Amino acid sequence: MIETRDLWVRFGPVAAVRGLTLRAETGGWTALIGPNGAGKTSALRALAGLVRYEGEVLLDGRDARRLGRRALARLVAFVPQKPETPPALTVAEYVLLGRTPHIAYLGGEGRRDREAAARALRRLELERFAERPLGSLSGGELQRAVLARALAQESPVLLLDEPTTSLDLGRQQLVLELVDALRGDGLTVVTTMHDLTLAGQYAERLVLLDDGSVVAEGTAAEVLSAPIVAAHYGANVRVVQDEAGVFVLPVRTR
Amino acid sequence: MTTAAGRAEAAPRVEARGVGLRAGLLTCAFLVAALAVGLAVGPVHIGVGSILRSALSYVPILHVHQPLDAVDDAVLWQLRAPRVALAALVGGMLAVAGASYQGVFRNPLADPYLLGVAGGAGLGATLAIVYASAAAAGTNWTVPLAAFGGAIAAVVATYVLGRSAGAVHTSGALVLAGVTVATFTAAVQTFVQQRHTDVLQNVYSWLLGGFSTATWSDVAVCAPYIAASSLVLVLHRRLLDVLSLGDDEAASLGVNVARARLVIVAAATLGTAAAVAVSGLIAFVGIIVPHTIRLLVSTSYRAVVPLSLVAGAGFLVLTDVLARTVLSPAELPIGVVTAFFGAPFFAVVLRTSRGIR
Repeated sequence: MIETRDLWVRFGPVAAVRGLTLRAETGGWTALIGPNGAGKTSALRALAGLVRYEGEVLLDGRDARRLGRRALARLVAFVPQKPETPPALTVAEYVLLGRTPHIAYLGGEGRRDREAAARALRRLELERFAERPLGSLSGGELQRAVLARALAQESPVLLLDEPTTSLDLGRQQLVLELVDALRGDGLTVVTTMHDLTLAGQYAERLVLLDDGSVVAEGTAAEVLSAPIVAAHYGANVRVVQDEAGVFVLPVRTR
Repeated sequence: MTTAAGRAEAAPRVEARGVGLRAGLLTCAFLVAALAVGLAVGPVHIGVGSILRSALSYVPILHVHQPLDAVDDAVLWQLRAPRVALAALVGGMLAVAGASYQGVFRNPLADPYLLGVAGGAGLGATLAIVYASAAAAGTNWTVPLAAFGGAIAAVVATYVLGRSAGAVHTSGALVLAGVTVATFTAAVQTFVQQRHTDVLQNVYSWLLGGFSTATWSDVAVCAPYIAASSLVLVLHRRLLDVLSLGDDEAASLGVNVARARLVIVAAATLGTAAAVAVSGLIAFVGIIVPHTIRLLVSTSYRAVVPLSLVAGAGFLVLTDVLARTVLSPAELPIGVVTAFFGAPFFAVVLRTSRGIR
């Protein structure tokens, strides 16, 4: 379980996150949604310990700040929106880099690290790509390699910043299904998401941020209503709900 | 394909390629060949066999007969050998420092002089030549010491300036600070030179670099710095791969990015300053050697860092052979040779390796 208490992230005089209190249960999927500039990414980066923050980030009740960087990395894996994927590294080499928090500062990978990387490759069905350079992969394959790297970290919490940007509709579903399957293995997942319909279908809890604060949270049915979306996104939408989920459809105003 | 069938399939080969046996052996063979050529070639011809036997004759228990006369022996061990050893040390250092800078700043054009080493060393040497030459007529250590001090001072200034501009979080600010310091030192150096045009020749011949006056004491002075720096950089080769993922991802993998960068930059700078102090400014080695390794072997720093060290040593020994033989008995400045032969060589590597990766 990862939670925040009165979390503030400031960039100079501007506060990107203002007093966020959040709780992501073990094995759950929490999606941070909200308009551009709402503070979703800043909040996620604070959870990963990548920005200075005030307030608390707690991992199973332990203060993340006291853990130290390596210990934190063993508990929290983070995938940025646009990960660096050096084109000449092979998929296997790239996934092995995910083992860094388990390897001594100047050490090299051991058998356990290679096994963990092999498990991650297998889990994401990347075995036959193991020796291919990252530069030769398609967008969807690359996203799977990135997930495999995060998975090789064997951290119980997985943070994903916009995991579906730049993927087509089919690849988006594929990647989100994969993340959902990983969650089935016991991972706690926190993502930021732009697509409200997809967020509602995959995450069981949505947290709507606006101007750095939580303005609504709950299930898709609770958070995704036309008035709420209109108020915070400035968008005109129709919300359709049936047994398959909640659908947020943009409607042009005339 | 069922899951069971997938498991039964050969397990994926999950390992980092690293140096590789073939590339490692070939690179070491290149260095050995370069050292042999460096010792054998010169106005006095000495065969490789004689060199080997002469070397063995210095080992007490072997009782190998010294094949060379006293003059040849002195030419080989007091003139050529220190020169070859110094070129090897400096070449290896510049190449490994270049590779490390490229990794730490994620910039393929970074070279060991990026953060002001060249400017600082140049200014230090110029000041020493202009103002201290008379006072230090008896010792030839003033200029190298001033160059070393200037190089270190310039990089420290860059680091302090970059830090105040937020370089802890972005390497861009550090590079900009380096440009600022380099420009400033160049301005001061030019000003001092213009005021003392009588020593211009001395300043330039130092700046262009070379090994014509190499002695064993030069080797002894720079070897400890270069050995320690290279060791630190080679030990950081895996970490350089992690840093190639960017600051955020490296940090999320538990790496203290600012500290790792500081350690790598400090090691590369110390070694480069020691190399510059004994050889002047030799351009191009720090860029050409690592990129040749990348094109021919691998872009992983596990391969690039150690192989650059070995290949850089061999490269500069061979370049020095050219510098002293092409216009013999006159010598070309080695910096001219590295660029004149290095650039076309690199163009060929670049062309022929297209599509390999």
